[in-house]
Amino acid sequence: MSERLSVFKTYKLYVGGKFPRSESGRVYEVTTRTSAAAAAGKGKWLANAPLSSRKDARDAVVAARKAFGGWSGATAYNRGQILYRVAEMLEGRRDQYVAEVADAEGLSKSKAAAQVDAAIDRWVWYAGWTDKIAQVVGGGNPVAGPFFNLSSPEPTGVVAVLAPQESSFLGLVSVIAPVVATGNTAVVVASEKSPLPALSLGEVLATSDLPGGVVNVLSGRTAEIATPLAAHQDVNAIDLAGADETLAKELEIAAADNLKRVLRPQPVDDVDWSATPGTDRMTAFLETKTVWHPTGALGASGSSY
Amino acid sequence: MPTTAPAAQGPVNGPVHGLADVTASDSTLRRLLHGLPGVDTVGLEARAASLGTRSIKTTAKAYALDLAISMVDLTTLEGADTPGKVRALGAKAVRPDPTDRTAPATAAVCVYPDMVPTAKEAVAGSGVKVASVATAFPAGRASLAVKLADVREAVTAGADEVDMVIDRGAFLAGHYMKVYDEITAVREACGTSARLKVIFETGELSTYDNIRRASWLGMLAGADFIKTSTGKVAVNATPANTLLMLEAVRDFRAQTGVQVGVKPAGGIRTAKDAIKFLVLVNETAGEDWLDNHWFRFGASSLLNDLLMQRQKLATGRYSGPDYVTVD
Repeated sequence: MSERLSVFKTYKLYVGGKFPRSESGRVYEVTTRTSAAAAAGKGKWLANAPLSSRKDARDAVVAARKAFGGWSGATAYNRGQILYRVAEMLEGRRDQYVAEVADAEGLSKSKAAAQVDAAIDRWVWYAGWTDKIAQVVGGGNPVAGPFFNLSSPEPTGVVAVLAPQESSFLGLVSVIAPVVATGNTAVVVASEKSPLPALSLGEVLATSDLPGGVVNVLSGRTAEIATPLAAHQDVNAIDLAGADETLAKELEIAAADNLKRVLRPQPVDDVDWSATPGTDRMTAFLETKTVWHPTGALGASGSSY
Repeated sequence: MPTTAPAAQGPVNGPVHGLADVTASDSTLRRLLHGLPGVDTVGLEARAASLGTRSIKTTAKAYALDLAISMVDLTTLEGADTPGKVRALGAKAVRPDPTDRTAPATAAVCVYPDMVPTAKEAVAGSGVKVASVATAFPAGRASLAVKLADVREAVTAGADEVDMVIDRGAFLAGHYMKVYDEITAVREACGTSARLKVIFETGELSTYDNIRRASWLGMLAGADFIKTSTGKVAVNATPANTLLMLEAVRDFRAQTGVQVGVKPAGGIRTAKDAIKFLVLVNETAGEDWLDNHWFRFGASSLLNDLLMQRQKLATGRYSGPDYVTVD
């Protein structure tokens, strides 16, 4: 009997809840990043990933915009449940991600496993935050007048996310989860050299009750996809985690045109994705809405209530 | 796919050169309409699909977008229409993109008859026409007297164009003469000032053969435009049924010398779709129809997408719905 042929996986984009190929039909070769071979510029071939064009970026923005109403309108509790569900689904496919991360980042099995575990825990961590962030950054304000004055954090809208280039999975989850936890929708540009864990994440998101279009994953040349995203008038914010210094500067200038919220990249060497993230990444993509609600005349005691 | 109607016989003295006597009675009319060649469904849809694959870029795209904008009948046909909404629509028709004065005006605004005076005032002096639906739009279920009163009201109020619906019930029952008489009566009520668009509601005609017959019937009865649909049913303008109607107007002109316009309406929402329709027009009817006197889009949301694409071409960056009006 002949040996069984291996089944190669065709990695595809994740846009609007579907798995399309790039509109351009282009692909590029993704190789392993074992330290020595990577230095020489040639790792083992892993797969062909779609090389997205600016039109894929445009389509992803349309999908993200379409999903925004439903996702931002869902209750925070519901969003938390769905994010927790993502963690559950990832847990079931842990081995696959460990292998992908090990190949992508040139890590040992145990180090890769630690990365994947941390990424799963991160989903759980942000799942818990969905209905608590409003208490931390919003609330009632004391004002000198007959008003209830309430500030509540609201999602910004469609956020373009350039995923970190080095940490292909933990870094990726660490930038996506805070964006969607607070009710934004995301267009994610995966790590250019190691996009496979990100493209596989799409398969998990699609089976986690996350509505299609809330997270859209593109792979390809970061600069090529990010430039139209930064200039796009229907993108409300951009996270530059995966941009180098020159690209980040360029994108920031383009983003200023429609006053996008910009989260600047942190110095590459200092980012420790395994540390507890804090709320910064969530608050970066929240806008505070303050409502003045009349209470009627104040009584002699200072309040009629 | 050339199609030819059976040659007409007898003296030439009717309104339509060469086909006068076919409208003499129900049976002659039926003989003509049922004598039209059957539609090759698969071929028609394949042709429409293949013409939709053309790539229109750069300067050609810029030209097509401007042409499409100038062909839009900006439409609001809701029970909730208010004078304020119609005025806003009028302002948008006159100057679709307030940030860019090079954007052309649309062809017309399309409203219910009672809103014609308001619309007329809103577009006064701009060259934008006012079209009014009439004849118990969208169902067309009313007596002829009511329908004609509806038309007269619109024309008296100053409508430049009247969009009538045919009686689909009579058409499907085979009472072609009744439909013909109704269209000619409405044509008369429009007088010389208003152009008449005849809506077939292709989504309710079931077959392509029926659409071809309805097209010929409408043109024989004196329609200035034949229009696919009201926008109120599930299936509206599709590339295939518009292609079929374009073939009909082409053949009708070849036979009678009378040019009739085409207006697909409903369901055309993106600039990409609109450009596909323009390709259909150019490849089927020809350049003579590439003008807003002979081809229109009945649409409301299409204009915003055309404007966003226009902004994209002008600035190089993708635009968004925050930069066009909400209506």
